[in-house]
Amino acid sequence: MAGSRMKLELSKVVQGRCRLGQLKEMGRMGQHCLDIPGCLLYTHLGTVPHLTQDTLHTLSSLPTVTQVTLSNIAEHQDVLEEFKGGFKKFAGLHDTVLYCSLHDSAAQSPTGHTTNKTVSVWGSGGRIELTVAKFMALQRTVQPDWYQTMADGETWQTGISRKRVRKSVDRSLAHLDECLLVHQKSQELDGVSVFGVVEGGDILEERLRSARETAKRPVAGFCLDGFQNGAMDQALRSQLITAVTKELPEDKPRLLQGVGRPDEVLACVEAGVDLFEGFFPFQVTERGCALCFLFDITPDPESAAADEEQHTAGETQPNGDLNCDDQTHMTRFEMDLKDKRYQDDFRPLVEGCGCYCCRNHQRAYVHHLLVTNELLAGVLLMIHNTSHYNSFFRAVREALANDKMDLLRRRVLGTVKEESG
Amino acid sequence: MAATITSEADGNLKENSMFLKKTLAAVSPLTLRIVAECPVTKARACDLTLPHSSVSTPVFMPVGTQGTLKGITADQLEGLGCQICLGNTYHLGMRPGPELIEKANGLHGFMNWRRNLLTDSGGFQMVSLVELSEVTEEGVKFKSPYDGKEILLSPEKSISIQNSLGSDIMMQLDDVVSSTVKGPRVEEAMHRSIRWLDRCIAANKHPDKQNLFAIIQGGLDAELRKACLDEMTKRDVPGFAIGGLSGGEEKDDFWRMVTLSTDHLPREKPRYLMGVGYAVDLVVCVALGCDMFDCVFPTRTARFGSALVPWGSLQVKQKQYAKDFQPIDPDCQCPTCKRHSRAYLHALFKSDTAAMHHITIHNIAYQLTLMRSVRQSIVEGRFPEFIQTFMKRMFPSPDQYPNWAVEALASVNVTLE
Repeated sequence: MAGSRMKLELSKVVQGRCRLGQLKEMGRMGQHCLDIPGCLLYTHLGTVPHLTQDTLHTLSSLPTVTQVTLSNIAEHQDVLEEFKGGFKKFAGLHDTVLYCSLHDSAAQSPTGHTTNKTVSVWGSGGRIELTVAKFMALQRTVQPDWYQTMADGETWQTGISRKRVRKSVDRSLAHLDECLLVHQKSQELDGVSVFGVVEGGDILEERLRSARETAKRPVAGFCLDGFQNGAMDQALRSQLITAVTKELPEDKPRLLQGVGRPDEVLACVEAGVDLFEGFFPFQVTERGCALCFLFDITPDPESAAADEEQHTAGETQPNGDLNCDDQTHMTRFEMDLKDKRYQDDFRPLVEGCGCYCCRNHQRAYVHHLLVTNELLAGVLLMIHNTSHYNSFFRAVREALANDKMDLLRRRVLGTVKEESG
Repeated sequence: MAATITSEADGNLKENSMFLKKTLAAVSPLTLRIVAECPVTKARACDLTLPHSSVSTPVFMPVGTQGTLKGITADQLEGLGCQICLGNTYHLGMRPGPELIEKANGLHGFMNWRRNLLTDSGGFQMVSLVELSEVTEEGVKFKSPYDGKEILLSPEKSISIQNSLGSDIMMQLDDVVSSTVKGPRVEEAMHRSIRWLDRCIAANKHPDKQNLFAIIQGGLDAELRKACLDEMTKRDVPGFAIGGLSGGEEKDDFWRMVTLSTDHLPREKPRYLMGVGYAVDLVVCVALGCDMFDCVFPTRTARFGSALVPWGSLQVKQKQYAKDFQPIDPDCQCPTCKRHSRAYLHALFKSDTAAMHHITIHNIAYQLTLMRSVRQSIVEGRFPEFIQTFMKRMFPSPDQYPNWAVEALASVNVTLE
């Protein structure tokens, strides 16, 4: 089986779907593990946006899995072929598991270029059309520890026909079979884990068919595609994911693509998702915002009081639309540091946060960097947002372990305040 | 000539001379210990002690215009061994403004930088960036590019802002004239700069905590420069800058003005050559006796993908580096060269701003390492040999040595091989 190394150990399953555990024996040497529910480290070509190794490693407990996308890498195929050492070595990445996905969930690429035999990715130089042969040739040069197979996920636009959705399921299964065939013949990919992609748009029976068929193949895990922001609301998403995960074997991980908002993460964890991409902190950074939502559920009255104050700062934001489909739009989980109210605010971004930015800098300074368009703004915000987001995932695991998901959800959504106050 | 100058500033004369006496008595928050002097050239290695830390000279000071060094954190800058960097009074005075920075415990507190800061007077930006500026005896008048309001930057205002910023070294407001301008305007600017120096000295609220440097003006006219030197060195300021150069003038004029200035500046005080940062210029001007330098070039050029190397520069974005798997400079010990190849940086430039940060770090490391090597060679008494090796590495052959550099070095007894 492709990717026999990666092992999922579940320590707890709540309500038959919501899972706590650990992915073990990842990487070619089998030396890495990742706690689930968890998120991956989002990168541009192996680099966490805005960060160098110095600034990245101010963060403690980074995700052990680094995600790169073929949309970034495909245009450098000839370079990597000449380099021969694989992408990790090329990008100066040591001591991480490399996961290679197809598209960048933070970048919306044009649609309408998918055919029966090809999908397209969009890099800095424009569109690159991939056949399975080219896709697999790329995987052989990238030499990831883990990759998703080629898939047709163009089902998220409104008004998409049932016929088109069915076609996307059929194509993705065909691509999967072809990828697996090449994979098994490629010595370079020995020991590399393969995730099959579950498609099916918003049609339940197509979702089920896709899940059942993909599960029959020798894959190490599953990518749930076509659920991204804008494709559907959370109620439908939860319903479909719950149905899909029921069809998937319990001992294999499920990675959800394109979903990153904290409230949606919680709902999807409850629907049976194990892994998320880490693009959300990047999107927040790009709009000059800092994550400030609460996730602390330890019953410490002192920190609860501090949280209260923190929360009020976040809640009075002008943009608090919870049902916003636009990914570039500010959410209620963040504060807009470009706002004038922060120009003389000498508090850290989040009181009590231990990230480099909060230990060393104040809101007023980050505000100044944003209004003057200074590059350091992106650096400091990316450090903080990545740190905050990772801590949120740690809180999710703690809440699951201690049966406190309800409390965590209310805390994250900001409704726990009335109880404590 | 000196008499007419002082009489023009008659109103301030009495106050000034009183103040001069006071500052003479007070100890300035700066000491300069000369560690070694080159027996051949005018180069020297010094330990400059400033309020926040000591600085080993000759030193290159990176420019952090708006209270930040172009995508580099304060910790990274410290890690590269930077002991002093610059902030720009004009930019910081506009945004976020002196009141706010004062509330944040000065620029050090605002940007969380533990080591030394030097701030300029704001005058240079005014003349170079703002179109609508008018210079009168009072100061520089300009329209704010943010709200269109007319603002007067007087010597007192400049020092007041710099006092709020809390820099370790402040620069006097000078009357900046482009170094290519000739005629009476240059002379007027020189005299005015002297009068403004006195007003700046009188305006400094923290002479015990903040050093005020004078700026030698006089354009490219040796007599004017000399007159300015004579007059300004009468003031007991803690240090001197050589100003009005590095603005597009002929290099032949440039180095002659530099060497004339260092010939007449007091040995026991630091000499800061403003706006100089190309490697060759740094090495030559150290030989001419300068201690401190600043320039936006290394950090600005980095953002365009230009990496500084001992043989000139390397344009990382050029296609020829797409498959070049060596580091920028195999001998460089900076974090960028230790981890990344030219090919990776070339590719990353298409995907993320971190590519710029990598080159910025490399270029700052290059400048600081160059100056440390220069200092080391002065201390070990082999600076002339260092110059020979440096020039050989920088240029493919001796016939490509710039003539001005050859002449400037010859003037301090170094004949390039």
